[in-house]
Amino acid sequence: MKVAMTINGTSQQHEIEPRVLLVQFIREVAGLTGTNVGCDTTSCGTCTVLLDGESVKSCTILAVQADGAQITTIEGLAEPGTLHPMQEAFRENHALQCGFCTPGMVLAAVSLLQENAHPSEQEVRSALEGNLCRCTGYHNIVKAILAAADAAEVPA
Amino acid sequence: MIPASFDYRRAASADEAIALLTENGDDAKLLAGGHSLLPLMKLRLARPSVLIDISRLADLSYIRADGDQIAIGALTRHHDVEVSELLAREVPLLPAAAGQVGDPQIRHRGTIGGSLAHGDPASDLPAVVLALGGSMVVRGPGGERSIPATEFFAGFMETALAADEVLTEIRVPRLEGAGWSFQKFNRRAHDWAIVGVAAVRRGAGSGANGGGAGVALVNMASTPVRATAVEEALAGGASATEAAAHAADGLDPPSDINATPEFRRHLAQVLVRRALEEAGA
Ligand SMILES: Cc1cc2nc3c(=O)[nH]c(=O)nc-3n(C[C@H](O)[C@H](O)[C@H](O)COP(=O)(O)OP(=O)(O)OC[C@H]3O[C@@H](n4cnc5c(N)ncnc54)[C@H](O)[C@@H]3O)c2cc1C
Ligand code: FES
Ligand code: FES
Repeated sequence: MKVAMTINGTSQQHEIEPRVLLVQFIREVAGLTGTNVGCDTTSCGTCTVLLDGESVKSCTILAVQADGAQITTIEGLAEPGTLHPMQEAFRENHALQCGFCTPGMVLAAVSLLQENAHPSEQEVRSALEGNLCRCTGYHNIVKAILAAADAAEVPA
Repeated sequence: MIPASFDYRRAASADEAIALLTENGDDAKLLAGGHSLLPLMKLRLARPSVLIDISRLADLSYIRADGDQIAIGALTRHHDVEVSELLAREVPLLPAAAGQVGDPQIRHRGTIGGSLAHGDPASDLPAVVLALGGSMVVRGPGGERSIPATEFFAGFMETALAADEVLTEIRVPRLEGAGWSFQKFNRRAHDWAIVGVAAVRRGAGSGANGGGAGVALVNMASTPVRATAVEEALAGGASATEAAAHAADGLDPPSDINATPEFRRHLAQVLVRRALEEAGA
């Protein structure tokens, strides 16, 4: 069936089987491989993207369910060659090592700050419940998100 | 992993969903948030040949006051329950529990109706609706009926819903200041409860929604279950500690990788005591 959605501002219309997952649509149909698949069982959060602005696990959504939606993946967070403030905060705070979890972490963090602009450290930690990192021990990820929230307080 | 092939139908209304269920019989399944059904389909533990997508039925996503009850549309997502000001004021137990379901991504997709219709004894919200003394409004080809939560959970992942019925609304009584608590014990972030407890303690006979205590357990039986022995002990004047000793009476808790039945019985007693203490007299 025909499915159309906007990914990172670009319209993507393709003929697919209804059983195609959103993450496959993003990676294999639209060719955007920044979104990783870690567990494929709704656990690790590496496949996190924004669906109409909210974080979701794209391994557990059918592409047909996102028909008509606005999707943001890590590639679409900032203009090419620039970094989104959250990406910048991750870089500044050494919040990644291998980087596999990072796209999902960054998008989960962006979604968190949209719902709660000034989270406490505990709130940041709870909000990352669905995102696993095998490398960093989370400490610098939490620091980066708190730093991004602080930076957003300063008027541009 | 991708699910086995199926026909995808998008319902534009609850009535269309019912018509599609009637037409397709047992091979059809409703798809709400998909966060219980799609994982099962990916593992081929569920293989519906027709999937009826009801996730876009915006008129079944609402939270509103209705007399001494609060009515919640079945397609309301866990996140909307978690942040609802009306619920925070009137039935704070429900947002407190919804905020502990899975993780934020799961709460952005999963629905209260899906949680209840799935009938998983390990899920949080069925126990909450049981403890509150809520009810389910379901609609089928013959019209609408209301099922009390105590009669809704029929067996392991089985409910009183007929194959051609759609759960449309969940109704819970206002707490009217009654004490409440939700206790969830797990070892891994974002996981299901190894054991959980939802408790409500109303002053005797106070308010339109009656007196007495409601206590229900997560993951202590093949269905979400009320801790009736605890409720009876409280009604007979027992203290929190005395009543909590009866938490596992008559129950046959499951054994799995996380816990033996004995450990679950122990957890139920400890968590019920904590819940009753937190909910107050
Ligand atoms: C990794 C992970 C962790 C989780 N952790 C928790 C947890 O800690 N606690 C917890 O409670 N839950 C947890 N869940 C489950 C989650 O809450 C699901 O969202 C919920 O159980 C099902 O809701 P859904 O809308 O996604 O339903 P779906 O998956 O769409 O549907 C589930 C079942 O209900 C039926 N159904 C759905 N809506 C209706 C309706 N309106 N009428 C009739 N039948 C209907 C479907 O046909 C299907 O059989 C977790 C899920 C995952 C993947
Ligand atoms: S790949 Fe989706 S949660 Fe792990
Ligand atoms: S940086 Fe390696 S998994 Fe997180």
